[in-house]
Amino acid sequence: MDPPSGNPSAALDTPPRHGPTGALGRLPSRRSRLWAVAAAAAGGLLLAGCNLPTFGETKPITSQGQDSLKLWQGFFITGAVVFVIVFSLIAWASIRYRRRSHAIPRQTQYHTVLEIFYTVIPIIMVLVLFGFTFVSENNVDALPAPKVSVTVTAFQWGWRFHYAKQDVTVIGVELQDPEMVLPQGETVRISLRSHDVVHGFFVPAFDFSRYAQPGITNRFTVNLHTLGTYRGQCTQYCGLFHSLMRFRVRVVTPAQFAAWLRSHRSGGTSSRASLTASAGGAGK
Amino acid sequence: MTDVIIPQVAGGEYAHVHEEHGPTGLMKWITTTDHKVIGMSYMITSVALFYIAGLLALGIRVQLTTPHGTFISFQQYNELFTMHGSIMMYLFAGPFAFGGLANYIVPLQVGAPDMAFPRLNALSYWLYLGGSIMMLMGFGVAGGTADFGWVAYAPLSTSTYTPGLGEDLWIMALVLTGFSAIFTGVNLIATIFYLRAPGMTMFRMPIFTWNMLVTGILILIAFPVLTAALVMLFCDRHFGTKIYAVTGCHTTAGIVDAHACGSAVLWQNLFWFFGHPEVYILALPFFGIATEIFPVFSRKPVFGYKGMVFATMSIAALSTGVWAHHMFTTGTVLLPFFSLMSLLIAVPTGIKFFNWIGTMWRGQLVYTTPMLMSIGFLFAFLMGGVTGVMLASPPIDFFVHTTYFVVAHFHQVLFGTAVFAGFAGFYYWYPKMFGRMLNDRLGKVHFVLLFVGFWVTFIPQYVLGLHGMPRRVASYPTGLGWQSWNIASTIGAFMIATSFMVLLVNVWVSWRYPVPAGDNPWDAHTLEWFTTSPPPHHNYTHLPQIRSERPTWDYNHPDAPTILHRHGPGHPNGHGPYAGDGGGPTHGNGSAGVAPGVPAT
Amino acid sequence: MKVESAFLLGIATFFGVISISYWFTSYEDGGTMMLVGATALGVLPGCYYYFWHRRFRGSKYFFWGKTDRVVGTRPEDRDDARIEDGAGVISAFPGSSVWPFVFGSGAFVFLLAFVFGVWLAAVGISLIVTALVGVTAESRRGGRH
Ligand code: HEM
Ligand SMILES: [Cu+2]
Ligand SMILES: [Cu+2]
Repeated sequence: MDPPSGNPSAALDTPPRHGPTGALGRLPSRRSRLWAVAAAAAGGLLLAGCNLPTFGETKPITSQGQDSLKLWQGFFITGAVVFVIVFSLIAWASIRYRRRSHAIPRQTQYHTVLEIFYTVIPIIMVLVLFGFTFVSENNVDALPAPKVSVTVTAFQWGWRFHYAKQDVTVIGVELQDPEMVLPQGETVRISLRSHDVVHGFFVPAFDFSRYAQPGITNRFTVNLHTLGTYRGQCTQYCGLFHSLMRFRVRVVTPAQFAAWLRSHRSGGTSSRASLTASAGGAGK
Repeated sequence: MTDVIIPQVAGGEYAHVHEEHGPTGLMKWITTTDHKVIGMSYMITSVALFYIAGLLALGIRVQLTTPHGTFISFQQYNELFTMHGSIMMYLFAGPFAFGGLANYIVPLQVGAPDMAFPRLNALSYWLYLGGSIMMLMGFGVAGGTADFGWVAYAPLSTSTYTPGLGEDLWIMALVLTGFSAIFTGVNLIATIFYLRAPGMTMFRMPIFTWNMLVTGILILIAFPVLTAALVMLFCDRHFGTKIYAVTGCHTTAGIVDAHACGSAVLWQNLFWFFGHPEVYILALPFFGIATEIFPVFSRKPVFGYKGMVFATMSIAALSTGVWAHHMFTTGTVLLPFFSLMSLLIAVPTGIKFFNWIGTMWRGQLVYTTPMLMSIGFLFAFLMGGVTGVMLASPPIDFFVHTTYFVVAHFHQVLFGTAVFAGFAGFYYWYPKMFGRMLNDRLGKVHFVLLFVGFWVTFIPQYVLGLHGMPRRVASYPTGLGWQSWNIASTIGAFMIATSFMVLLVNVWVSWRYPVPAGDNPWDAHTLEWFTTSPPPHHNYTHLPQIRSERPTWDYNHPDAPTILHRHGPGHPNGHGPYAGDGGGPTHGNGSAGVAPGVPAT
Repeated sequence: MKVESAFLLGIATFFGVISISYWFTSYEDGGTMMLVGATALGVLPGCYYYFWHRRFRGSKYFFWGKTDRVVGTRPEDRDDARIEDGAGVISAFPGSSVWPFVFGSGAFVFLLAFVFGVWLAAVGISLIVTALVGVTAESRRGGRH
């Protein structure tokens, strides 16, 4: 069930590594006591997160993605357990109690204890799941001071990546996917906005997406830890060529990144085609 | 032909009900105010639209079978999924449930002669038909149908980006069907509040009726918001307002100036304030259908009746406080609030599940087609529900939002309810409506094809979503390993299509070679099975005494009353424990079982 | 009517609580407006039903005042009501009527005017007016005979 991560043509030569800390290692200490009980119930699963399969989800290349992957693993296991239990109950009831005779069965209608039981247990489960969600959500959405900032502007049907401090711009439209180059290991802030309609910035390898909307700037942080080139795509339907509104993310070492920036300085207004050609490697 | 006033005279006799001498043929259909005829018109129209939307889905699936699909153009693809989604959501699932089945069944279940406002009911249908025609007219105008998805996100839906006539038709169609839904909601609530038979207290109403009451309330909460949002959208498109529009408000730097223009997020807020309750407007009636079917074919009362009612209410209540879980990735909503509310919906839904299982437990399950369809619904909704819980967690949603994972999820819940439970209801009430049976063997063939096809269609879509395939794409690149999953999904879709051909054959067979159904072919529980099939004009010539939520069962099986607690004895006279206004469960300890039906004139 | 009013007032209470907590956690006005609207949706009919529930029991207003006529409860609200207790006229149900169709067609044409041109509005409005006149006359006559 493990999918190839990112763009198979480029990503696979660098084996993915694990994030620096496990999910619980990140808990704000103030809260850790609060969640201790909850952690005892479901935490074992999450703690073991690093060694669990991804259950189909793309392997993340960011530490934020690691966080949500762990949450996904927890939810997947909980969901699978609930699914199997309820599935078996339905299957058992429908096989075991198929009609054997024409006698009328006992006309039981209530069993209060049982009903309370299956009200309370789900409530507890939901609260535990919410607790983990809350913690993970705060980590994923945290906005620490960035080392590198990129402003991403989405438009019909392409992307503009603008490195303001370094005065570098990359633009690409449909069938000429632009490439966003990012340094490994550093805190990167991405500011997202849209020139026209609502778009969605989605990189499966980030395990993350966010809308690009007119009039609103959305910010998020990534800490990348795996080199390679990865697929990105618009996920919010935005008109005719929505399907072709793709881009790539290339993660390079900080030194390569600096070199790349230098060689592209003030290329801001040069033609789209030359920019994407110089930035891109893999064609369509 | 005349206004019919139904007096009930002491002694339980109904006075003479005037025979219809009205118009015949087409004119009869056009002038009818009989809830049964209107319900049937609704059902035929909505099922026809279901077939059309299904056909569009096949087009979608064929296009996606190969990477860089060339079956249709991008433009056509965008129109196809927009119309597929819009027809399924606005014109099939809802109208089939509350315009079709509920319209027919609710007055019968509460023992009423008709809906409270018969002419308003007829108007609902005509507005719905007009709206449906208007939406389909998009196929005939220059520029094609609407192509902004069933959610019509602004500013894509403003005239700068989608200037066509098809979009305007789409908006106006929804205004019409919106009013139609509101009128039906009002009608259902009034019928349930005012036209119940004596002894049919609120807590003796069948769960289906309860769910329709709650659905009616949800309609009144949700649909006006949609209509208002659509009117504003129309103003943006044609009258130059800037409620959602962003045209002409770019700064010199080319960036949209938030202060000078409309708000894209406002549309999303308004739409989903309608949209999420809408999802439950589509789900609750079908929950109700399943809750009618499980007890009948388990030959037991519904387990945890009162819990069922409160679960329905809590689902509905919570469903209005979760709209922004469709907006987690907008970065503009209060994540914890909406996440917690969304997760909490799992609790009442879980209660329903366990109650359904409890109903089957220790029963004598009779596997007719409606029962099989309902079990198919259970499995489908179980998985859809579990993945729904995952989606309620923002960090997970950040990844799978607007991918095929979501497509698979909402088809498991919507298809599970509207198709499995919906057609369970169709098979279940068909004998009541037409007085003839559907062929059970053909029904089982339908079920098996549908069930297998369903899983083959939608499980691959989960995988595709997790592999990062976005929804609403007309083409995808090679080399990502997506094609084999897409082929599987397409094969499944064709199995589903085949299964619905079997349904057509079945209906044809029942038409050609009728097998009479009798009043109560399933030995069912609720009031509608007490009258003839099909019921006479104004439904009842006589009624049984109503002493529990299963009057027909009590009448037929006076020796098998409901046992309220697991170890308790059968209640001497089948009294439910629920008093209406009249006070506690202490009264009426008559000893002779259930009162016999009161004979007709 | 007690259960009906409790049901509606329950809706009002729920949305009241949610509106307040939503407002103070988000200060977002659109959603709050809609939630307050939903609260009103519960309050208005809920109070109406509660009023009649009390009235049937002999109170003049919600809790206070007395009327001289105690209706008791409606048969459909009584656990032990017999079918005969519902004797009497239930309601008048129009046998058949062409006006809903005319009104519906009018609304259809009227909305099409927004898409295809204003001239259609004239047709639509005349159909709607005809239907309104027709249905009113029909009701006054007590239906077509
Ligand atoms: C007959 C079997 C069905 C098949 C094979 C099918 C297939 C599909 C597919 C492949 C899509 C995704 C299109 C895309 O994102 O590009 C889709 C979208 C959708 N489907 Fe279905 N579907 C079926 C039945 C239903 C039913 C019964 C409902 C609801 C009651 C439904 C509601 C929707 C909605 C709301 C969308 C989203 C449209 C949009 O993105 O705007 N579908 N369907
Ligand atoms: Cu897009
Ligand atoms: Cu929702």
